[in-house]
Amino acid sequence: MTMQTPFELSARGVPVRRTYSDGLPNRAGLGLKPQHFAEILATEPDLGFFEIHAENYLVAGGPFHHYLHRIRDRYPLSIHGVGLSIGAEGPLDIAHLDRLAALLDRYQPQSFSEHLAWSTHGGAFFNDLLPLPYDPITLTRVCDHIDQTQERLRRRILLENPATYVEFADSTMDEATFIAEIVRRTGCGLLLDVNNAYVSGVNHRRDPQTYIAALPLSEVGEIHLAGFAEDRDAAGAPLLIDTHGAAIAAAVWELYAFALDRLGPTPTLIERDNDIPPLPVLLAEARCAEQWIEDAQRRRTETMA
Amino acid sequence: MSDQRLFAAALLDPDAPCPAGLIAWNGSDPARRFAVYRNNVVVSLIDALADTFPVTLELVGEEFLRAMAGVFVRAAPPGSVLLAEYGAGFPAFIERFEPARSVPYLADVARLEMLRVRAFHAADADPVTPEQVARALADPERLPALRATCHPSLGVLRSDHAVVSLWAAHQGIGDLAGVDPDVPETALVVRAGLEVQVVSLPPGGDVLVAGFASGLALGDAATRAASAHVDFDLTLQLALLLRHGALTSLHLSTETAP
Repeated sequence: MTMQTPFELSARGVPVRRTYSDGLPNRAGLGLKPQHFAEILATEPDLGFFEIHAENYLVAGGPFHHYLHRIRDRYPLSIHGVGLSIGAEGPLDIAHLDRLAALLDRYQPQSFSEHLAWSTHGGAFFNDLLPLPYDPITLTRVCDHIDQTQERLRRRILLENPATYVEFADSTMDEATFIAEIVRRTGCGLLLDVNNAYVSGVNHRRDPQTYIAALPLSEVGEIHLAGFAEDRDAAGAPLLIDTHGAAIAAAVWELYAFALDRLGPTPTLIERDNDIPPLPVLLAEARCAEQWIEDAQRRRTETMA
Repeated sequence: MSDQRLFAAALLDPDAPCPAGLIAWNGSDPARRFAVYRNNVVVSLIDALADTFPVTLELVGEEFLRAMAGVFVRAAPPGSVLLAEYGAGFPAFIERFEPARSVPYLADVARLEMLRVRAFHAADADPVTPEQVARALADPERLPALRATCHPSLGVLRSDHAVVSLWAAHQGIGDLAGVDPDVPETALVVRAGLEVQVVSLPPGGDVLVAGFASGLALGDAATRAASAHVDFDLTLQLALLLRHGALTSLHLSTETAP
């Protein structure tokens, strides 16, 4: 699945191994949930890939590894980190980076991704993806951490655009410009979370289509789709919360179609981490995404013909 | 103070002001928006604790457990991104938590549940086979010199309360009303294959297992257990440990463990 090509140098001279579409097939995938382990092995649903949260599998043994090994034998795998804290003011946790490297060696995933966010400070872990100001100091720090991560993991990582609820008075550039500059400097790829683009668009009243179009779309290796919850800010304006706890909203499917139009067929994950429904419900959402991917493929073929 | 230090401190302190420098497009009070992060952090960590301690939760009710967990989360956020270990400090916190004093066995039930989570994720190892056991026990002369290796998932909890019966009653095994919580019990927690088991160890079992873990030979560990408990029955204990796959080797000290 992974095309072995020589290392390339990023803009900052760091060797980055590039892989075609970061290895995942241009199909839909699902987040792997323990309550679905046995059913997946028993029914082997027709699905493009599974994705796991790295931190849940940084344990010595037991059922998680038992099932993941068997599922990995049957499906492509994406490993998605939620705890590296790439945006932290402090240094990266080297021990955690080592653990991630060992997990990647063990399961040889087609893709590894992390977030443009921070989640640790002063030794405490907050179990949430916290926001960053978009200024030159933060840009340099994030790029240093991504360089360090790609060097240690000896692979190109995908960086996910965040869902945010506040903005910073100190920001000197918009989010898409900030992300494009990270990609240019580090050679990392993008995990385009369409739900996050939509949620942040509503929360900060910016046009999500304009935002997506301003990202370096040629570097997108995976898309995430998820559901959100609705709240209100202090002025009564809509405030969307990225809960991963609901079905994908119609507006997010529309934005997904817009993104695929520009990207062409792209590996797409249905993310569901809360109020997890039975597996067939998620498989139906995955099939819906695959129809959009097939449409994108068809349009691309027609254009080329 | 750094920006993230201020942000982090305000996440855990509900009385702290919203960090400076946050804005919203419509000029609305950013505190309401910052509260989303505050809520995400505290609620997700309370959820993690509620997942780890389901019987503890049933004993005091969801509302009480979540309120108690909220106090714990704010006082002691995780020191690691590996949340499987986050509950380790919770039983000791429960013991000191004044409103939970009326349930004196609560902390030990939580300790038992933490042992279960550890056993669930512990390293894999094959238990000794019946053939290996038969070979090791074939010569009674050699018995006292045998050394046993415990399964990596094994945990033992000696309690002044009926932790095993209380826990079992919440799995639909036995009747909660019939459990006298003040009867001391010792729990053996061990994973066999994919299943974590919780069984009651007869008196002295904890001393025997602790002896094995510290490298004592069977004879010395049994002597120590027997001096701690007059009722200690080595045959019964070994049969129980073997039946639950708690031992991964039985060998003479001159042999190397497989």
